[in-house]
Amino acid sequence: MLIEIVIFFLGLSIVFYVLFGGADFGAGVLEILSGKGDRETIAHAIGPVWEANHVWLVLVVVILFMAFPKVYAAMSVHLHIPLLLMLVGIVLRGTAFTYMHYDAIKDETNDIYNAVFKISSVFTPLFLGVIAGAATLGKINPEPEHFVEGFITPWLNLFSFSVGLFTVTLFTFLAAIYLIGETSQEKQRSAFTKTARNLNIAAVFIGILVFASAHFEGLTLLSMFLDSWFAILMAALATLLLPAIWWSLQHYKVILSRIFAAGQVVAILLAWFWVQYPSIINRTDGFEDLTFYNTAAPDATLTQLVWALVIGSCIILPCLFYLMRVFKGGQFTQSKTNQ
Amino acid sequence: MEDLLAARLQMAISLGFHIIFACIGMAMPFLMAIAEYKWIKTGEQVYQDLAKAWSKGVAIFFATGAVSGTVLSFELGLLWPTFMEHAGPIFGMPFSWEGTAFFVEAIALGLFLYGWDKLKPWVHWGTGLVVGISGVASGIFVVAANAWMNSPAGFDWVNGEAINIDPVAAMFNDAWASQAIHMTIAAFVATGFGVAGLHALLLLKDRNNLFHRKALKIALAIGAVAAILQPISGDYSAKDVAERQPAKLAALESHFETERGADLIIGGIPDEENREVHFAIRIPGMLSFLAHGDLNAEVIGLEEFPEDEWPPVLVTHIAFQIMVGAGFLMMFVGLLYLFFYWKKKHLLFRRWFLWLVGICTPLGFIAVEAGWTVTEVGRQPWIIYEIMKTEDALSSMPGLQYPLYLIIALYLLLTVIVSWLMYRQVITLSDRYQTANLKAETDAD
Repeated sequence: MLIEIVIFFLGLSIVFYVLFGGADFGAGVLEILSGKGDRETIAHAIGPVWEANHVWLVLVVVILFMAFPKVYAAMSVHLHIPLLLMLVGIVLRGTAFTYMHYDAIKDETNDIYNAVFKISSVFTPLFLGVIAGAATLGKINPEPEHFVEGFITPWLNLFSFSVGLFTVTLFTFLAAIYLIGETSQEKQRSAFTKTARNLNIAAVFIGILVFASAHFEGLTLLSMFLDSWFAILMAALATLLLPAIWWSLQHYKVILSRIFAAGQVVAILLAWFWVQYPSIINRTDGFEDLTFYNTAAPDATLTQLVWALVIGSCIILPCLFYLMRVFKGGQFTQSKTNQ
Repeated sequence: MEDLLAARLQMAISLGFHIIFACIGMAMPFLMAIAEYKWIKTGEQVYQDLAKAWSKGVAIFFATGAVSGTVLSFELGLLWPTFMEHAGPIFGMPFSWEGTAFFVEAIALGLFLYGWDKLKPWVHWGTGLVVGISGVASGIFVVAANAWMNSPAGFDWVNGEAINIDPVAAMFNDAWASQAIHMTIAAFVATGFGVAGLHALLLLKDRNNLFHRKALKIALAIGAVAAILQPISGDYSAKDVAERQPAKLAALESHFETERGADLIIGGIPDEENREVHFAIRIPGMLSFLAHGDLNAEVIGLEEFPEDEWPPVLVTHIAFQIMVGAGFLMMFVGLLYLFFYWKKKHLLFRRWFLWLVGICTPLGFIAVEAGWTVTEVGRQPWIIYEIMKTEDALSSMPGLQYPLYLIIALYLLLTVIVSWLMYRQVITLSDRYQTANLKAETDAD
């Protein structure tokens, strides 16, 4: 029971990081797609919240090393390179965004910060996806014969990068959906709506690419998927949400489209989780996969972690709600008047 | 470069970089809260301008601190996976609480920075205070984890595995209190003097500038009180280290032989090979007194330990001298300030005093870096004191110098940019409060 509670909080942190932190990265990608006109809107939308949204990732890391230390250690060793690149991206994105906003003098250096912000908004989620893909793929070999086998092959492959691309697409899609409600300019709204729709279609095709590349890399992802009724259910839900999202976009239902889009992303995450469960890291043949159960810390540790998470949530969630109400609350009334 | 050295350097650079921003994040919200409090109470615009100007700096520092802290939480595993595999379940507890504290801090900061027009003044002031309180709490939790590495508790080490894990006992380890107090006060000393020094230097150009005068008074008051308290906490830390980690005390003092009535060695260059210290000032019996409260107490020397378990003596000793030297200088300036403030207000903005405060600008941060060098290098060769050696915790990935180069390049770049941003903040900062005098000067230029 203890482990399940910890797994729940780990899952929750990943879901929140994707839904909020992910969308902050997506906003940067969106700026590349849409051009300079949206810079203000995007800066205004993510400015007050990105640091809070970022903390979910820190929570994921803490839960991993406290509750599943062998998983944290194995990832750190074999996925060192993509993790490091993701960290560089996290540093560059956060600092460039803040420096851009808080530079006392606005001149051409602002364009440099902006360029760094945009580029790092692409490759940070790309490597996040690569890491997730590598955990699933099963090419992590704890006793490698040489450097490439130990530290490159696990993540430098078609499947991991397909997952990376899929992650970037989903994050950008979420950002486009969220940003519709952040602007009152009709032109911008319809541009975001169009981008959201295109990205949703792109996600379907890149999703197919993920399965195809899995097959190519020797991972039977499709049959693993079809073996699980829950994964099928989630896939069905994600598909059914497609027309629902389109309908809500058509009618400018700001809140509804956000809920549908978030629902779709959560469905995809849950399907992935269920296919993997109880494994967290799949390893090469001959080595036992690292699961929630064979890597779990002793109960004494898990108990303390659960206390910290439960009490922490009771403090954090009301604070987060208040933050959102102060900065995003206006949109609820705004969307009503637009109907 | 050897992998172990590369990893240690990377960890040191990452910590050394992060700690500056962490200190500012802990102390600066309180400075802003004082300024905002005065604005709400007196209605003087200069105080709100001050709080706003400071908050722009804080936004830059906080973001840099948040992301560099994230890097550290991954680097623990990237560089020391074996350590984390064993230590994670034992010393993870303070990190799990730090997560909450950091969360509250980030939320409150968003409200503070972007909420000037959206929140009522007292609510806004409250969010600033929450940033400070949760920042200090974050720091105290993180220090608990580090203290555990110095004073491992809450488990039994049997055949290279930890059993009977008790995370609560690990969190409340013997070193936590002394380290947390020393670090928290240090953050206030460094930030107080850093900010006061900067405004003092600006006052040298424009001595009647109201903005900088108010800023200096708030920052130096905080810095002075903290600097006066710090030696007391330092004394407590020293006695604690003497008790728990005699090898560290011996290294930072370059105390080679066990003896009664041991001399306090000030300055000098230790020579490990011949076990002596050159060019040092010695105060008889003082080390015994400082370590154990008795001029004749026995102080354990490095000779009691096998040489391969000695911390690097030279680095630890010099870092300690720098920390103490900088600390005492700031304490002296702090005492002077409080005396002037109390008795001789007309001396507060004299040129020589402003210079003195200006010189102190980097001193607090230098002391913090030196202090961390003492505690981290002084723990070597252990990563978990007397349980696990640093070299045994190292990642199996070869070529660790390349991540090191990347991190050096990244943090060097950020250091340059943050300095440049601060310069630009400063030059646009106080135009409204410029005195006629200064205007004439700039016009002449």
